[in-house]
Amino acid sequence: MSETKYTQEHEWIRIEGDVGTVGITDYAQGQLGDVVYVELPAVGKAVKQGGDMAVVESVKAASEVYAPVSGEVVEVNDELTGAPETVNADADGKGWFVKIKLADKGQLAALMDKAAYDKFLAELG
Amino acid sequence: MDARNTHKDSPAIIGAHPGTATGNRALMIEEQLIFEQGEPQRTGVDLPEPPKVTDRLGGLARKTDLGLPGLSEPQVIRHFTRLSQKNYSIDTGLFPLGSCTMKHNPRLNEKLARLPGFGDIHPLQPVSTVQGALELIDTLAHWLRTLTGMPAVAMTPAAGAHGEFCGLLTIRAAHEAKGDARKRVLVPESAHGTNPATAAACGYEVESIPATPRGRVDLAALKAKLGPDVAAIMVTNPNTCGLFEDEVIEIAKAAHDHGSYFYCDGANFNAIVGKVRPADLGVDVMHINLHKTFSTPHGGGGPGAGPVVLTAALAPYAPTPWVVHGANGFELIETPEGPAQASVGRLKAFNGQMGMFVRALAYMLSHGGDGLRQVAEDAVLNANYLLARLRDVMSPAFGDGPCMHEALFDDKFLEGTGVTTLDFAKALIDEGFHPTTIYFPLVVHGAMLMEPTETESKESLDQFIQALRSLAEKAKAGEAAFFQAAPRLTPRRRLDETAAARKPILRWRPPAPAQAAE
Amino acid sequence: MRYLPLTSDDRRAMLGAIGVKSIEDLFVDVPTSARQAKPLDLPPHAGELEVERELAALAAKNLAAGQAKASFVGAGAYRHHVPAAVDHLIQRGEFLTAYTPYQPEISQGTLQMLFEFQSQVALVTGMEVANASMYDGATSAAEAVLMARRTVKREKVVISAAVHPHYRETIETFARYSDGEIAVNAPDPTQDENLEALIDDQTACLVVQNPDVFGRLRDLTPLARACQAKGALLIAVVTEVVSLGAITPPGEMGADIVVAEGQSIGNGLNFGGPYVGLFATREKYIRQMPGRLAGQTVDADGKRGFVLTLSTREQHIRREKATSNICTNAGLCALAFTIHMSLLGSEGLRQLARLNHAKAVQLAEKLAVVPGAKVLNQSFFNEFTLRLPKPAAPVVEKLAADGILAGVPASRLYPGVNALANDLLIAVTETATEAQMDALVAALKGAV
Repeated sequence: MSETKYTQEHEWIRIEGDVGTVGITDYAQGQLGDVVYVELPAVGKAVKQGGDMAVVESVKAASEVYAPVSGEVVEVNDELTGAPETVNADADGKGWFVKIKLADKGQLAALMDKAAYDKFLAELG
Repeated sequence: MDARNTHKDSPAIIGAHPGTATGNRALMIEEQLIFEQGEPQRTGVDLPEPPKVTDRLGGLARKTDLGLPGLSEPQVIRHFTRLSQKNYSIDTGLFPLGSCTMKHNPRLNEKLARLPGFGDIHPLQPVSTVQGALELIDTLAHWLRTLTGMPAVAMTPAAGAHGEFCGLLTIRAAHEAKGDARKRVLVPESAHGTNPATAAACGYEVESIPATPRGRVDLAALKAKLGPDVAAIMVTNPNTCGLFEDEVIEIAKAAHDHGSYFYCDGANFNAIVGKVRPADLGVDVMHINLHKTFSTPHGGGGPGAGPVVLTAALAPYAPTPWVVHGANGFELIETPEGPAQASVGRLKAFNGQMGMFVRALAYMLSHGGDGLRQVAEDAVLNANYLLARLRDVMSPAFGDGPCMHEALFDDKFLEGTGVTTLDFAKALIDEGFHPTTIYFPLVVHGAMLMEPTETESKESLDQFIQALRSLAEKAKAGEAAFFQAAPRLTPRRRLDETAAARKPILRWRPPAPAQAAE
Repeated sequence: MRYLPLTSDDRRAMLGAIGVKSIEDLFVDVPTSARQAKPLDLPPHAGELEVERELAALAAKNLAAGQAKASFVGAGAYRHHVPAAVDHLIQRGEFLTAYTPYQPEISQGTLQMLFEFQSQVALVTGMEVANASMYDGATSAAEAVLMARRTVKREKVVISAAVHPHYRETIETFARYSDGEIAVNAPDPTQDENLEALIDDQTACLVVQNPDVFGRLRDLTPLARACQAKGALLIAVVTEVVSLGAITPPGEMGADIVVAEGQSIGNGLNFGGPYVGLFATREKYIRQMPGRLAGQTVDADGKRGFVLTLSTREQHIRREKATSNICTNAGLCALAFTIHMSLLGSEGLRQLARLNHAKAVQLAEKLAVVPGAKVLNQSFFNEFTLRLPKPAAPVVEKLAADGILAGVPASRLYPGVNALANDLLIAVTETATEAQMDALVAALKGAV
């Protein structure tokens, strides 16, 4: 069974076995506006929880995407390079960024579940 | 029927062409790219037949076609004249772009920069043949030193950001000369983007200082972040909110107490020129945008010039070349040696933006010490007049006090109207004005920063105020659709920037040849 | 004060509307100790006539190249004829007094011009894309080195000894506070430089100039291959852009980035500035490029239009993570370049380049009669190195006193390099007449 967790920086991670698929939330894509470019890390890159992982750009803004967990990048979504608008159309699904092989599943405990993230968004106003 | 008074018409009707066969609209003439008008055999120059020689190109003669279009002189003149007519400019009207100081560009400056004795001299001619040019640089340097109270000035930087780079290089060199490797530079969150970008280019980590609710640097927060590893603070004064940093002397002192230098971003020098000398505020280094305060033309985005004034402690590190007084007149020190041995080196190929120096000095001589002081006073007066006359219908970002040379508003007055700052700016275009700076500084929501400069008459300001007031009232009257469809009367309506960024087309390419070729 | 429209009555009325008594009430935030009570010690305002007189007197103290008996000064800045239409058009107020085209609906003139400029630069350099210009050729070169380091994520830089020393120094200044070695050979105009040996698997880029500072031409193809084999980028510098009308462009020889000084087309000498830096590269590197870019798009009515694009690379959005701190381009100089290039077209640029080359060959042949002097170049475009039998700098001084600008002594660019003390760089453009060439030859014969 997969479970999805969220960060305060509006990334999501869906866990299947010891690999997590990471993207930005629908709220985040809405804040950014039309996404025009996504810069993805190289496969094999080691990332650290909370560290820089990718960059997502709209016309007027560029935002860092942080790694929700530490681990190694095992796959990236190359389709975003040619079709960055997928992030706007389907942030939770086809608009995923990378897959990370988790170094420490214990780190997931620090993240929010869906209910907690929704509450977090509600508090942002 | 005057289209400006018929906003109730559907935007589609007003925005679309009124049905001409050509797509032109009287003076607004559609113009193709030069590449779509050219013929390969045609040219706009007549050159003599070259002398007969055996070529010495070493087998590297170009074999491929250049692919440039060929046009005659009348076609070229018409093309660029038509293009020019699609631009707004200071010569056209009020250009209240905050932070940019779009003042009148005197034509005397243009004339003098074109004198052969300035425009037709080579940077590597013998120094004995360019004594007048070096004297001009020296005279301009004297004016800049006098106006700032600073003892030295580096003349070579080509623009404001290049000047920032120059300034931070001297700071880093000065610290390193003392064996003091510092790591951090503090920059207010309201700063121009060039400040953090420059600090990073000089190998520093950048830390942000918050603003107070009064739109000034938070002195307590600054003090908390200062420490033995802070190389410099970079503060714009007057700041990007159009306000004077009233605690600037304390800010400078706090930095100096920690051995840090005070870099002042001089983008807004126009507000205080002749009235306040940055040296008296504790500034260690400051760039001066000759294309702002000293009236050299912006030219659609450059060239600029950004000389940097320095304290005696930083002067030894100024970039080469240096103009110095020697036994036989002026001399040029071109490499880090002798008095320039500690220089950070060369910032560009040659001596600085000479063409801009001539223009800036012509402007200074025209105004004189007395006129420059009047410049600052009128610039500040004009901005405060806008602030006072718009206060009741728009929303000033910071309280009741006076501003310096620019007035800053936020978008509170648009709350609930469905009109954004961007929409409001675009509607101003249809009224015949260039918009204000929008969404900068970042610390103010939906910012509109307006800088009229001293070269606007009261009548011109009154017309601008009238336009802004009527737009503000229209927004509050619930006419959001009017704003969202603006501009309607421009050569092009809103452009699709998303498409431009997703699939960049950055150059013309010849149309694909017919399939038969393959 | 002819630039100030406000009258005393205006000022009084405006202070009243603001609700203050005097102008000093608007400067209350300035600490009293820092306010100047009276005008600074500078001359008072002056009329057009007086200002013109004063600056014309300074201009008269210089020897303008066009007023000299002859001028052969080059080494990175070249005196070409600029058609009258160029200066007329760049002085149109709508170009001259416009700002950066941040509001595209009322800036299509500047934006379309920049798009045409970028297209022209890409075509003449043989590259895929170009930006909207940099400050000058040297800063373009420095930015290219920083871009190469970002792109290949390595630090070592190899610079040919025959890259203009001012360009090398500018690169060194820009790279001063980043790690990584900068490798340079000793300059020698008499033999080919072995650069391949300096490229290793730590190298980010090789910087070469063509024609080089001594005027020599070099096939860059083997260097491009050597760079590619090690995963480094080849940066080609061009200081005389007219040469691209006659010689194979760096893009066709495998360069990854081409930077150039564009002054030769449309722009005067101006004692060194303002000039216009050209910057071209391959499409795959555009997001690593510094500087502004104009791009094509459509407006709300579906009509073609132009905007500034990919600005998320730039400082006003990316701040400390920007590709460069540059916040401007050389707009008006780029406009002059574009207008002049439009007048030339393929045919005009080709003819202009042929004319420059033929005149340079002609002068090189004439110089054979100067005793003890020798042209060192096997190949050249419009500039070559003449080795004199004695130090070149005093000879240049002596000829300048007689109104002849003979060229640039190599010692001015390479101070302290004794092997180059006798070398003189001589540039010949279409502006040189045969009589001027003969005057130079006669003067050199007399001086050596």
